[in-house]
Amino acid sequence: MKESDIRFLKLLILVNGAVPLALLGWDAKHHQLGANPQNFAILTTGMMTLVFLVLTLAVTPLRKITGWNWLIQFRRMLGLYAFFYACVHFQLFFSLDRGFSLASTLSEMVKRKYLIVGSTALLVMVPLALTSTNAMIKWMGGKRWRALHRLAYVAAIAGVIHYYLQVKADVRQPLAFAAVLAILFGYRLLVYWRSRKPKEVTSDQ
Amino acid sequence: MVQPVKETNKITAREVTDPAIYFNRRNFIRAAILAAGAVATGLAYRRLNPVGAGGARTAPIEGLTAAGTNGATGFGVAEAETSFENITHYNNFYEFSTSKEGVAPAAASFETKGWQVSVEGLARKPRVFDLDDLLKISPPEERIYRMRCVEAWSMVIPWAGFSLSKLLEVVEPLSDAKYVAFETLLDPKRMPGQRSDVLQWPYVEGLRMDEAMHPLTLLASGLYGRALPPQDGAPLRLVIPWKYGFKGIKSIVKIRLTAAQPRTSWSEYAPNEYGFYANVNPRVDHPRWSQATEQRIGESGRRPTLMFNGYEEQVAHLYAGMDLRANF
Repeated sequence: MKESDIRFLKLLILVNGAVPLALLGWDAKHHQLGANPQNFAILTTGMMTLVFLVLTLAVTPLRKITGWNWLIQFRRMLGLYAFFYACVHFQLFFSLDRGFSLASTLSEMVKRKYLIVGSTALLVMVPLALTSTNAMIKWMGGKRWRALHRLAYVAAIAGVIHYYLQVKADVRQPLAFAAVLAILFGYRLLVYWRSRKPKEVTSDQ
Repeated sequence: MVQPVKETNKITAREVTDPAIYFNRRNFIRAAILAAGAVATGLAYRRLNPVGAGGARTAPIEGLTAAGTNGATGFGVAEAETSFENITHYNNFYEFSTSKEGVAPAAASFETKGWQVSVEGLARKPRVFDLDDLLKISPPEERIYRMRCVEAWSMVIPWAGFSLSKLLEVVEPLSDAKYVAFETLLDPKRMPGQRSDVLQWPYVEGLRMDEAMHPLTLLASGLYGRALPPQDGAPLRLVIPWKYGFKGIKSIVKIRLTAAQPRTSWSEYAPNEYGFYANVNPRVDHPRWSQATEQRIGESGRRPTLMFNGYEEQVAHLYAGMDLRANF
């Protein structure tokens, strides 16, 4: 794939990733977020975080199955979008739900299981975002960088558990996210087990 | 990338790129893909997050008396009423949908013609009422109540109806009737949410006899001066303003007087999270979230939740000496 095509596809992802936030903002401005706009905005940004985490984790399996190695070039942007939506999600909780009160935000965060799990997801994403630049990859070395970025699995699992824990009764949506994650992790396990068998180790993928 | 323009040279008409070349095929296709992608994402988002409500208005209730302004009864409240739009488009009614925004569209065609309510059990005169006859038991009154959902949001709703006690007096409870059990219609054809087993159907609720006889406990048949819209529990529902909203069972078909404490749907679903009493109490948190504050629908900040939802004066005596932490 040509460099200019890659750049175009990156632009495509950049624009599309911003569309949900733009529409959320548009609906908020026009009072179209329903009866409980605060809740709606918090829920939607959380959902977008999970969507982008899943997309990020889908890159490697897709790349291996299709052989389209250029897909890897979009992983960073997808991951950063996940982090971005997680930050907006937290900021909305802090401002709209907790009324900018640091004390009540912190006390809720340590008291409630779903918030402990959710904060974990957000916190582990911070070092991932900070080390997402080319310079950082070079500085850390590929091996260490890849080890650190396995934290993306933790973020995704914690994110889905966080969602599951705060649903009142209808857990079908969080379970759907969990099922997708299970497929993505199942694929990785399969690849891992297979790679332990063969006599000859192939080059680093 | 924008190339720096040479300042010394003026651009002549000849130098301007021919639009045919500028908008060459490649760029044109890219722009089209970009636009189509953004539109597709936007449409997908819109499909998942629809806007616009509306919906048919129900019939006005005749002979409705205005809400009493006497603060001591608790029949009125001096707080801004939540808009009709919000009351009718933000509903917890799992019989239709588990999405609060999804209930109104799912319930829009719900038909209540020929509705009957059976009042039975430990009563001297048990009876199956046609809805019209039941509604004639007492003239409809407007009651403006706070409604506090267990999910920590709240509304102020102008209901129409009369005290449940008026109905119970008609059937004459026997002295060993200590509780009242309620049941919602079970009909998965008309209530599509009942086709999934999120909760055990039919929805059931219950009150202690003294709670049921309390004048605040309302058998509601309308709101905002009109018959109840389907999404709010048509044609007949319970409203107990000092308890969490889930106690206010909707679309009632059966009322049964019992000696033993009846089963209730949410306490059966999660006994550690939802109790039989479910009195609004800012000091007893839900195990997963705080009940100290609430989001009043239509307001921007959160407000503190009041003990017994602000009806302490009227109902606290019902629970004198009871451990409200154990009996949540």
